Amino acid sequence: MLSRVADSLYWMSRYLERAEHTARLIDVDLQLRLDQSPEAGAGRWRRLLLALQAPVPEDGKIDGNSLSQILTLDRTNPSSILSCVAAARENLRQVREQCSTEMWEQLNRLYLQVTSTAASEAWLLNSHVFFRAVQEGAHLFQGVTDSTMSHGEGWQYIQLGRFVERTDALARLIGAHFGSLVHPLDLAAESEEYLEWVGLLKSCSAFEAYCKAYTAELRPLRVAEFLLLNPEFPHSVRFSVDMVHAALTAIGEMTERKAEQPVRLAGRLRATLSFSQIDEVMASGASGYVDSVRWQCAQAHTAIQQVYFDYAVEPALA
Amino acid sequence: MNPPEAPLTLFRPPFRNYQFGGAYDEMFAAPGTPRPHYQALFQNLLELPPEELRKSQQAADLSFLHQGITFTVYGNDEGTERVFPNDLLPRIIPHDEWRKIENGLTQRIAALNLFLEDIYHNGRILADGIVPRELVYSCRHFRREMRGLTVPRGIYVSICGTDLVRLPDGSFAVLEDNLRVPSGVSYMLANRKVLKKVFPTLFRDYGVCPVDHYAQALLATLRALAPANTSTRHEPKVVLLTPGVFNSAYFEHTFLAQQMGVELVEGRDLLVHDNIVYMRTTAGLRRVDVIYRRVDDDFLDPLCFRRDSSLGVPGLFNAYRAGNVVLANAIGTGVADDKALYAYVPKIIRYYLGEEPILANVETYLLNEPSQRSYVLEHLDELVVKAVGESGGYGMLIGPHSTEEEREEFRRRIEAEPRNYIAQPTLSLSRAPCFLEGEVQARHVDLRPYILYGENVTLVPGGLTRVALRRGSLVVNSSQGGGSKDTWVLRAAVNGHD
Repeated sequence: MLSRVADSLYWMSRYLERAEHTARLIDVDLQLRLDQSPEAGAGRWRRLLLALQAPVPEDGKIDGNSLSQILTLDRTNPSSILSCVAAARENLRQVREQCSTEMWEQLNRLYLQVTSTAASEAWLLNSHVFFRAVQEGAHLFQGVTDSTMSHGEGWQYIQLGRFVERTDALARLIGAHFGSLVHPLDLAAESEEYLEWVGLLKSCSAFEAYCKAYTAELRPLRVAEFLLLNPEFPHSVRFSVDMVHAALTAIGEMTERKAEQPVRLAGRLRATLSFSQIDEVMASGASGYVDSVRWQCAQAHTAIQQVYFDYAVEPALA
Repeated sequence: MNPPEAPLTLFRPPFRNYQFGGAYDEMFAAPGTPRPHYQALFQNLLELPPEELRKSQQAADLSFLHQGITFTVYGNDEGTERVFPNDLLPRIIPHDEWRKIENGLTQRIAALNLFLEDIYHNGRILADGIVPRELVYSCRHFRREMRGLTVPRGIYVSICGTDLVRLPDGSFAVLEDNLRVPSGVSYMLANRKVLKKVFPTLFRDYGVCPVDHYAQALLATLRALAPANTSTRHEPKVVLLTPGVFNSAYFEHTFLAQQMGVELVEGRDLLVHDNIVYMRTTAGLRRVDVIYRRVDDDFLDPLCFRRDSSLGVPGLFNAYRAGNVVLANAIGTGVADDKALYAYVPKIIRYYLGEEPILANVETYLLNEPSQRSYVLEHLDELVVKAVGESGGYGMLIGPHSTEEEREEFRRRIEAEPRNYIAQPTLSLSRAPCFLEGEVQARHVDLRPYILYGENVTLVPGGLTRVALRRGSLVVNSSQGGGSKDTWVLRAAVNGHD
């Protein structure tokens, strides 16, 4: 596979995952706001911005509507949903012959939908519908991809991009929450606090899955364990890293570069997560732990770039 | 010469505003009397409620938009994507007319290839005074670098899309040979896909020749050109070289690469080491044997042609000279589709093949000949003037539709550089029925069949019928408000006619 093509598939997938993640976070946040007094919700904008790595306005004044607009449909913000969907489409457009027609049509449809929303003024009144549509569009794309594209090297880069992005985004979200909330870790959360934890779980589509595993009694320690270390839930950090490792192993075999840097880095991170104990993690500080996850993930990303996408020519000729 | 105004009252709604006269009509032999091969479609249109057609048109438009079948318009907010308008009504070509087109184009591509081989080697045709030497050497697309270089099978032009027009007497004539990087074939295939959905029964009853095997034929053609030393190593590795996503025909490049199952590469994916071309893959560097390039000569190799090109591959020309890689089409084929040289093609056919041309040329005035030039300058308001090196409908003056200033402008340009321009009579292109504004209207059309030349010459029966969608317009280019429609070549004669 051409390096440029692999690079485009990887980034297409990262951008789409980012768009979906942003849509889910804002959607959950707006829903939550309905149940809360305005004061209680004020601190959450800051956390949301932190989780999305968006700049907090300097004067500290945050206006919900204009913020939604910036995070959602602002073309000048490179991480807005609109910009991410457009970037995903542009990347896929550059490698159209590599994906199935169905995939292209699905992503193109999502793009047209998002741009037509951007053109209308009234979308904010009915923003839930829009955020659902983005999430569903991304899910549909994923399903179409899995069932119409050969699960060969190209598909593996799509997997890789999705889960590298997800690992980083989840780690950031968890870090933002545990960094700002002060609550006894092993006690059940109540009322206002309770809503915040529900919000975190829903932001990872994890509320129902958590309840199945631990019942609806929310304890921060369990929430952390579930989102960081659960091996089966697709929006947990561990699951995402497992998928990154699996994709890299498969790519390593297909390209006959088994033992190279990316697989080893992903393998190390995977081992860390497999053997971590949640009480030890929390005792030494959740934010330090997620920072280390993010750092290792970024290293794996750099190694992927250097080994597969942008390698030096002279050694390759030898 | 216009026939009397048609008895329009005879017509039921879809044809109420159909325009007759002044040009050959593809559908009607006389107002109200369809030609035999259009009878079934005519009947169908009378019976179908316009609402049905309108729905089909909307479905077709949407399907093009969703598939992203778009092209890029230059000079308009750097690369705006637009859907290439598709017209719903097929253009139908009877079997025997197609046979003549096929034979004529086969003859033409054979002669033009012999011509190219000759002028890049011994130049017999120049020594014999059939084609003026200075015309060849002054052509912008003549490549000195190609002198003495032997290309596989002696084939310079292996992919070609010739523009044909139908003259008022019903005969086809060649308007332009596109021998460099002709485009549009993907629209031929996309239009067919849509029409098969819209008119399934009609399509089946008509007995239309299939075109879907074009990509396969293209791949076979490219493989037939592979360098001699490939077979000992592996299957020839074919790639399609595109200028990238901002090129107006990018959709087509991806489409063809996908249909052929070959890699779509950009210049930055390729590199040359020791006169061997490699592509950069995730598993390391891989050797390339045949490049179907959709990049113009000028941009192929910054070491050899334009130095500012970032689309090309440094060192590609040396690898080509060394015979380690094949380019299709070869470099320097543009000299044979120079619009001034076009006037000599009938002579070229007679010279190399000893045959009379099967398809006529359009009468052409060469402006570096003083007598022809003064005639043209006096009749600028009747003629079409074209710049010899341009294509796509750019750099053109259509006399009858021009203003005094435009004519003055062209007069100045012609006097400054007569070699750069030719003139032709304003052709009345034939008209075909189109579904516009909820009814059937007549619009001017041309025809671009696609010719492949590898082991032998292959024409996929069909082509791109381009339509001048603006009423009265004669310009069919997509960049100038043109659209396209599906072209049905019939497998056999209709109703004992023909």
